Amino acid sequence: MNVLARADAEPALPAVSVEPPAIRFDAVSKCYPARGRDAQVTALDHVSLAVAPGEIYGVIGRSGAGKSTLLRVINGLEKPGTGRVLVDGTEVGALDGAGLRALRRRIGMIFQHFNLLSSRTVFDNIAFPLELAGARRPAIEARVGQLLDLVGLEDKRGRYPAELSGGQKQRVGIARALATEPRVLLSDEATSALDPETTRSILELLRRVNALTGVTIVLITHEMQVIKEIAGRVAVIEGGRIIEEGAVYDVFARPQTATARSFVSAVTGGGVPDDLAEALSSQPIEGGRAVLRVVLTGAQATAPIISRLSRSAGIDVQILSGQVDRIGGAAFGNFLLAVPAHASAVGATLAVARAHGLSGEVLGYVT
Amino acid sequence: MSPELLGLIADATGETLYMVAVAALLGTALGLPLGVFLAASGRGELFEAVALNRALGVLVNATRSTPFIILVVAIIPFTRLIAGTSIGTNAAMVPLTVAAIPFIARIIETAIREVDHGLIEASRAMGATPLQIVAKVLLPEARPAIVLGLTLTVVSLIGYSAMVGAVGGGGLGDLGIRYGYQRFMPEVMAAVVVVLIVLVQALQSAGEAFARHVNKRIRRA
Repeated sequence: MNVLARADAEPALPAVSVEPPAIRFDAVSKCYPARGRDAQVTALDHVSLAVAPGEIYGVIGRSGAGKSTLLRVINGLEKPGTGRVLVDGTEVGALDGAGLRALRRRIGMIFQHFNLLSSRTVFDNIAFPLELAGARRPAIEARVGQLLDLVGLEDKRGRYPAELSGGQKQRVGIARALATEPRVLLSDEATSALDPETTRSILELLRRVNALTGVTIVLITHEMQVIKEIAGRVAVIEGGRIIEEGAVYDVFARPQTATARSFVSAVTGGGVPDDLAEALSSQPIEGGRAVLRVVLTGAQATAPIISRLSRSAGIDVQILSGQVDRIGGAAFGNFLLAVPAHASAVGATLAVARAHGLSGEVLGYVT
Repeated sequence: MSPELLGLIADATGETLYMVAVAALLGTALGLPLGVFLAASGRGELFEAVALNRALGVLVNATRSTPFIILVVAIIPFTRLIAGTSIGTNAAMVPLTVAAIPFIARIIETAIREVDHGLIEASRAMGATPLQIVAKVLLPEARPAIVLGLTLTVVSLIGYSAMVGAVGGGGLGDLGIRYGYQRFMPEVMAAVVVVLIVLVQALQSAGEAFARHVNKRIRRA
């Protein structure tokens, strides 16, 4: 109610400034000093970003790109060299030991290898952060009961981690991370050690937790599939810099950098198969075919483009590879097509694509 | 074997167990915190204190590299200060404890270093204080290794306790030397060896069983 009233009173204010970001990075840099024969490593290089409360923000990068450091400066496990990190308006770097511990109780974290205490049962693992915070036994019992119910592990409460599957361990990890009702949940490659089906169920659980509690989720991953399934916005990180950032759909539809394109194509099937890539030539081949990439986005993603092409331009269109996905509820397609290599056929194909608001490009020519 | 000799063996066994138990308890009371500190005070660790860590490491190594029989003689003034005498079972417990402390410290240190670093990171991320991490994460997670290590310590202490017999310390070693060797009674020597073997076997089996009990990393049907 309050938020709406304020927005009404000051209509000039853009929506984002009504709610301050849950997490903000101001030109954060972090270097690890040279060690032995290893040169100095720049893990973060002037990273600035803002994560809105309640959103699911994905960070994707290859190993060594700096995503792990990016996650760890949020809860102060790593200290930024320069720049500021703000969580709910509090500067993490300015906190003393007690302040930092208090902040960490408001930030949950889950890990690739779960990091459960092997000597504690499922119940006692979930109770652990509550114990650390000094909660009383009845309060712990009640809260852990709710969490076991949330993650669907009531029947495992007395089991030890060694007796659980990977997916069950991560459910315990999630319950533990949520025990102190945090405002922010950090996910460090949480599904990278799991098989695809378990990954989906864990991502589904995270989505449900996000919808239920409004917890802000920052997740780092090297798998675009994870971003596609759960994130609202994504940042692509490389060499410690954020090289691309935006709504997940936009990055999928229009990746700006080679790194982003390669991440996207790993998921959307728009990549050029190896044998085709080798056969591609930059010059038209007499009597050969042209290879085009057509990306179907937005409302046009479901348009019957192939049949229109062959009908309106009288061109034989061959599909080399292709896939239609749904990203954030919107369809997204990526096709490699082959058409006769003469200029009129290629031009007509691109014209039809453009007429439908689709992007098309000639990748090369084959025999 | 005469009832008198059996009585001597029973008394000596009691003395050995008493010495070893007290030395193991005191050694653990002092060696455990030392071991935790050695494991957790290196560069970038919970209680970073690199210089103190090095100094304690050197002290521990020095004590451990001194042959036990020389340690017994070398610290006689200290033994007199603590026990009021340098002869007898009570006096023998002083060098036993002094030898046990660095031994136990290294065993605790090794056990704690084996704890997955991810657990420490996860605990820090949950807002645990360094002391909470030691008490609630490092020690419980290292418990199986600590139990096995302490079993090893007790077995070694039984061996050491036989050595203090050479300087009038009492116990099974003392009995073996005075009756078995000096009075040439091989049946006493044999009985002492048998009792020691049984003791060590029993302690080792009990230690291993307890370590299995506290090890929750193994999946059980």
